[in-house]
Amino acid sequence: MYGYIVKRMLMLLPTLVGAAILVFLLLRLVPGDICLIKFGGEGAYADPEQIKQCQIQLGLENPIYVQFWDYMKGFFVLDLGTSMWTGKDVTYEIGVRFQLSLQVAIMATLTSVIIAIPLGVISAAKQNTMVDYVVRGFSIAGIAMPSFWLGILIILGLLIGSQEMFGRPWMPPINYEPIWVDPAHNLSQLIWPALATGYRYSAVATRMTRSAMLEVLREDYVRTARAKGLIEKVIVNKHALKNAMLPVVTIVGIEFAFLMGGLVVTEQVFNLNGLGKLFVESVTQSDYTLTQALVMLVVMIFVVMNFVVDVLYAWLDPRIRYS
Amino acid sequence: MKNFWRSTATTALTVGIAALFGPAAAQAETPQYGDELRIVVGSKIPSYDGHIESTFGMIHPIRPFYSLLIRVNPDNPSSPTDFVCDVCEGDVPAATDGGTKYTFKIRDDVKFHDGTPLTAHDVKATFDKIAFPPEGIASNRQAYFKTVESISAPDDRTVVFKLKNPTGTFLPSVAMPYNFIYAKKDLDAHGYTWHQKNINGSGAFKFVEHVPGSHVKGTKYEGYHHKGQPYLDGYTAISAPKMSVRLQAIRGGQADIEFRGFPPKARDDLVKALGDDITVQESDWNCVLIVTPNHKVKPMDDPKVRKALSLAIDRKGGSQYLSKIAIVKTVGGVVFPGHPLAATEDELKQLAGYGDDIEANRAEAKRLLKEAGHENLKVTLHNRGVDQPYKVVGTWLIDQWKKIGVQADQWVQPTTPFYATLRKKKDFTISLDFNCQSIVNPIADISKFLPGAGNNYAEFQDEQLIKWYDELLAEGDQAKQREIIRKYEKRVLDELSSQFITLWWYKINPHRSYVKGWKIAPSHYLNQALDNIWIDQAEKKRQLGG
Repeated sequence: MYGYIVKRMLMLLPTLVGAAILVFLLLRLVPGDICLIKFGGEGAYADPEQIKQCQIQLGLENPIYVQFWDYMKGFFVLDLGTSMWTGKDVTYEIGVRFQLSLQVAIMATLTSVIIAIPLGVISAAKQNTMVDYVVRGFSIAGIAMPSFWLGILIILGLLIGSQEMFGRPWMPPINYEPIWVDPAHNLSQLIWPALATGYRYSAVATRMTRSAMLEVLREDYVRTARAKGLIEKVIVNKHALKNAMLPVVTIVGIEFAFLMGGLVVTEQVFNLNGLGKLFVESVTQSDYTLTQALVMLVVMIFVVMNFVVDVLYAWLDPRIRYS
Repeated sequence: MKNFWRSTATTALTVGIAALFGPAAAQAETPQYGDELRIVVGSKIPSYDGHIESTFGMIHPIRPFYSLLIRVNPDNPSSPTDFVCDVCEGDVPAATDGGTKYTFKIRDDVKFHDGTPLTAHDVKATFDKIAFPPEGIASNRQAYFKTVESISAPDDRTVVFKLKNPTGTFLPSVAMPYNFIYAKKDLDAHGYTWHQKNINGSGAFKFVEHVPGSHVKGTKYEGYHHKGQPYLDGYTAISAPKMSVRLQAIRGGQADIEFRGFPPKARDDLVKALGDDITVQESDWNCVLIVTPNHKVKPMDDPKVRKALSLAIDRKGGSQYLSKIAIVKTVGGVVFPGHPLAATEDELKQLAGYGDDIEANRAEAKRLLKEAGHENLKVTLHNRGVDQPYKVVGTWLIDQWKKIGVQADQWVQPTTPFYATLRKKKDFTISLDFNCQSIVNPIADISKFLPGAGNNYAEFQDEQLIKWYDELLAEGDQAKQREIIRKYEKRVLDELSSQFITLWWYKINPHRSYVKGWKIAPSHYLNQALDNIWIDQAEKKRQLGG
């Protein structure tokens, strides 16, 4: 197992270097000048001299290969530089958003797992019954319904519902407080986006759990277990569930990584100051240093999640590590 | 339909009541101390330095930390000519020495938040930075101070501005809300870029924190020089880029006010949902949508074609209908319609496209197109990918042009490539553009129509306009300034039709009715010191509980 983990870890490095090079080159191909956006983006007249000063200050006057060399040097000594927009350390800019995104991702993943696994298992165990049809309907609705739309419905529902019930409208807070500072404020803000994204995410996982369970329940060893007279509950929970979890683990891992940087629209709906919003801002502002760091962070999250999934796979099914 | 009429009536009633009784009621009420204001802001903070920034995204959260030398009267901000002292004392000084010298006396009770007394030397250092920045230091308002010959501080309490010639642009330029007064010692010790990332002001509030992308917090400055103010204990400016979020935040009690303005539909929705809990303030807005033809591209090089396109626009009708769905309303010429230098209605009627008889205008437009050999003209309107008011007005313009037989369509681009097209590529035939200013400063504002100006994208030359503009800059008498502006305006909008005005913007600020003291200004950059705002706490409790 240890040899397998070390081998998988060594494979991370070339992936990260390749991604860094690709990100640098792609960003330079995208049109846009941060200085022009900064000083003239709102339509105000920007003095060409001011634009030039800004470009010199940010090192954008240097040839591409010099910029690339500086970037790669920083990459290898783990210096991500400063945001071209705010002048603050990129690590600070990302750090502020990271905890929020991480919390939403964890809460959405938990919501999803709590919903998906029991429903998927029940649906498979009660295949082609009314229960199965209801669960399938619930999960198909979740896949069809974009999270941001569900988010809007939740906000409108809360506004209108609270107006009807208490005579005054209420919506979740729009400014973030860390959970250790004000747990009530924090949870009353983040529970709703976690539900909105968690539901969609659970729909995918429910269907995956159901189909994996159905496959496993048709395996010979399950038939043997039944023939031995084991009760269905034990067969499902003890013998089938662990094996059925292999594809579900993959889905959960990849979706978690996606949630860390991919909640762009949901973040807009709930005014969350997360990584998704920062990503969009940094790209539209042509803030190269910040965008590069963010892409690398997301690459890192994906790579690490893949690694974790692979290790979990190996733990769930020892045959994998031997092959 | 019934709901529509009900909501329109409610809105009209609320606005009417606010207009009739608002100011009187506000005067009658005694301000209360305490509580915090929650503002929602729809744009980002590029840096904290007012001397280089131009966005309300910076002004709204950062302005309360700073003082100005003079400012728009916070109790009468809708007047484009009423300025009062902020760190100076007494009345705003009148010019002496034939209109070329302004002497400001500085108050002796102003202190920066770090405890340093604010003196005339700080004011001089600040305006030196703005008007005469050293090489390599940016200043976005340098052009407004071209007439300033020198700034001196003969003692701790006196600042003297010596001008090259008398001008009506000086005082409005000084009162611009970006001219934050910085401490000389900060500039000397930390350099001219320190204020981009650091704050040490003398405004009503002290900086607490800025969480990027989230919020800016300020707390009451007990040593503020306007005694008895501010009333609030503090404020939080919450970043909320989506308009729907800002709107729902006010509706749901998560925010109290938004200072830039909402479209009419949003106002109606809020009024419908909250009734008396919302107060709506409305104002003409010192922003205007301009059509800019590219004179270097055929057939926009032909003044007949340009004039025909202007004649086709029914400005009065557009005002009536567009003001129900967009943030535009006022019909005007090149000068902000509320200013004494603006054209009167009769004067406007003499210009192409402003006459009452739209059918006659359009008949004339068709005749001009025929004469120019462009009876079957096809144009593509280049536009900015922002709904309010660009896309709404752009769509309306296309319909207007169709009424004279012009086949028109739209080419919409996001902001960055939109400005790249206007400024660098210049590969457009005709485009929407805008002129949006903070202080109403007509002589400076109308430089937008000046050939060769950095922000004029029409690509043309005209010696006559340049000559009149130079005369205007050197003219101190308002009546004569007015005469020159009329000639300038007629040349731009009629004779050359070098650019033409669509409609002026209209500002709508619905806010929770427990927010008191703030008065709407003709610009979303003005009256943002927050020192005159207070919260009716009993009313807030009634509305939000807690």
